[in-house]
Amino acid sequence: MIAFVIRRLLQAVLVMLAVGFVGFSLFAYVGDPVSIMLGQDYTQEARQRLIQDLGLDQPFFIQYARFIAGAAQGEFGISYRLARPVAELLLERLPATLELSLCAAVLALAAGVPLGVYCGLNRDGWLARLLLSVSLIGVSLPTFLIGILLILFFSVILGWLPSFGRGDVVQLGGWSTGFLTPTGLRALILPSITLALFQLTLIMRLVRSEMLEVLRTDYIKFARARGLRNRAINFGHALKNTLVPVITITGLQLGGIIAFAIVTETVFQWPGMGFLFIQSVQAADVPVMAAYLMLIAFFFVLINLVVDLLYYLVDPRLRIDKGAAGGHGGH
Amino acid sequence: MAMDIVRRALDSDIFYSFRRSPVVVVAALVTVVFFAGAIFAPWIAPQNPFDLRQLNLMDASLPPVWLPDGMPEYPLGTDTQGRDVLSTILFGSRVSLLVGFLSVVFAMVLGVGLGLVAGYMGGTVDAIIMRIADVQLSFPAILIALLIDGVARIVIPREMHHEIALYVLILAIGFSGWVQYARTVRGSCLVEKSKEYVQAARVIGRHPAAIMFQHVLPNVMGPVLVIATIHLALAIITEATLSFLGVGVPPTEPSLGTLIRIGNNFLFSGEWWITVFPGAALVIMVLAVNLLGDWLRDALNPKLR
Repeated sequence: MIAFVIRRLLQAVLVMLAVGFVGFSLFAYVGDPVSIMLGQDYTQEARQRLIQDLGLDQPFFIQYARFIAGAAQGEFGISYRLARPVAELLLERLPATLELSLCAAVLALAAGVPLGVYCGLNRDGWLARLLLSVSLIGVSLPTFLIGILLILFFSVILGWLPSFGRGDVVQLGGWSTGFLTPTGLRALILPSITLALFQLTLIMRLVRSEMLEVLRTDYIKFARARGLRNRAINFGHALKNTLVPVITITGLQLGGIIAFAIVTETVFQWPGMGFLFIQSVQAADVPVMAAYLMLIAFFFVLINLVVDLLYYLVDPRLRIDKGAAGGHGGH
Repeated sequence: MAMDIVRRALDSDIFYSFRRSPVVVVAALVTVVFFAGAIFAPWIAPQNPFDLRQLNLMDASLPPVWLPDGMPEYPLGTDTQGRDVLSTILFGSRVSLLVGFLSVVFAMVLGVGLGLVAGYMGGTVDAIIMRIADVQLSFPAILIALLIDGVARIVIPREMHHEIALYVLILAIGFSGWVQYARTVRGSCLVEKSKEYVQAARVIGRHPAAIMFQHVLPNVMGPVLVIATIHLALAIITEATLSFLGVGVPPTEPSLGTLIRIGNNFLFSGEWWITVFPGAALVIMVLAVNLLGDWLRDALNPKLR
């Protein structure tokens, strides 16, 4: 157990160092930070001084080590576009992205699991077939298009819900929340649905196929033979055993939600990190890009690590089979 | 000879299962129509939307033909610059399919090559390739494509960017998708490696590269085709998403995603058709390809027969 945890931790650190390397290469070699920061008119001395101040005259590995050390403390330099510290910019926008992602994840789970159970129990019912067909369309519908269609119906045609922004937010000690105001809550609805829909169909299909699998097993047959009620069998025995893979996939999809938040935030002009990232890509704002990349990578590595450890705890079979950890599918 | 192949294809199990499912036949037809429309767009489109002489600002913002004010020359209406929406969709699918197709080919060549090498060589090479694959797999493809595209934008000088943006996009999307191929091919390769024909080829002293590409490769291609089909749908969506975000193809060569992005600006002024029709075209195209991929996966899987 301890060996496994240490190995996974080492792997996580290695991945972060590798991502840090990419981030650093971006930072150091893409574009010319010195001339961007100096502007049009500068003397050769000012240029030299800035190069020294930034430590750009140091050997590669020293610069890399400094970058990693800075990143570990939340130092990512200054945005070229907005001329403000990158860490500050990201922190400002973090609550918006996390609240949106949380709502989407809860929605995807709260709707996906029951629908999947229903489709698994009534596999030949017309409603289950319909849901399954609709879910295939859901997979073929790009996230941004879902957002646009929702805006078209609920904002343009019906005029019920806002089509952009977060509404009014309340500051709670540096964390801006939209959960406490009516406009903030209304503004959350369309983006959350947009972001959740793809994961919802995925969870629904997964729960369905897992349910079908479990319902065929001997212990379910035995439970029926014992004369247990359907309710107890379906929910006490079957559903419980389908949840292990569902937890894993959902955990991994959490990363997917944060990544696809880029698209959703752009459609709804949601003031989160993803929207900031897209604006930075368009403006070639390298420090923000590098910092966002590292932050997202950190989230991903953390999620993967937690999921792997959870999986290991929940599924005793893994403790025997050494090679099976790691390598879960994702998008 | 050619007749023989056609007859064998018509008699095969795969064609039988194809004929038996009407949904798949429709999906195949839709796919063929889209491909044909994309390839022949310059000849069949009612208008060349990029030839300014053919545009008439008087005809701008016309609704589809069945609404009041619609004109029969523009069956799906026009955008704010007087471009025929149907024509822009035909030209747009051309770009979308081209980028999707080429990035799938790129991902396939890269993934199959690395998968074969990893599976056949084993040892350190295998470990390195598969670790990289594991790391990449834990990040969503769209993020990787976005990053590569973003970096390329900065590295490449602005003047050159318009010319090669399309190729950068193809490489970015292709690179974000090679892992699936590599993992699958490596798996099948490990199975094939222990078979007698490979051992025989080794005994008679063939070069490892020759064994990999001439003997093993043809035997692991089945699943690769299935992945490629499903990947095509994904690649088209990824391209559309990147173009929608404004970091995809240059606006001079709009794909379906670019068209949706442009139309999105006019959603609130009531010209919904500028967005909705390219969007519908995209969904129908992707859905058809997805259905084909699903069917192909089942048809090629001997366990399900």
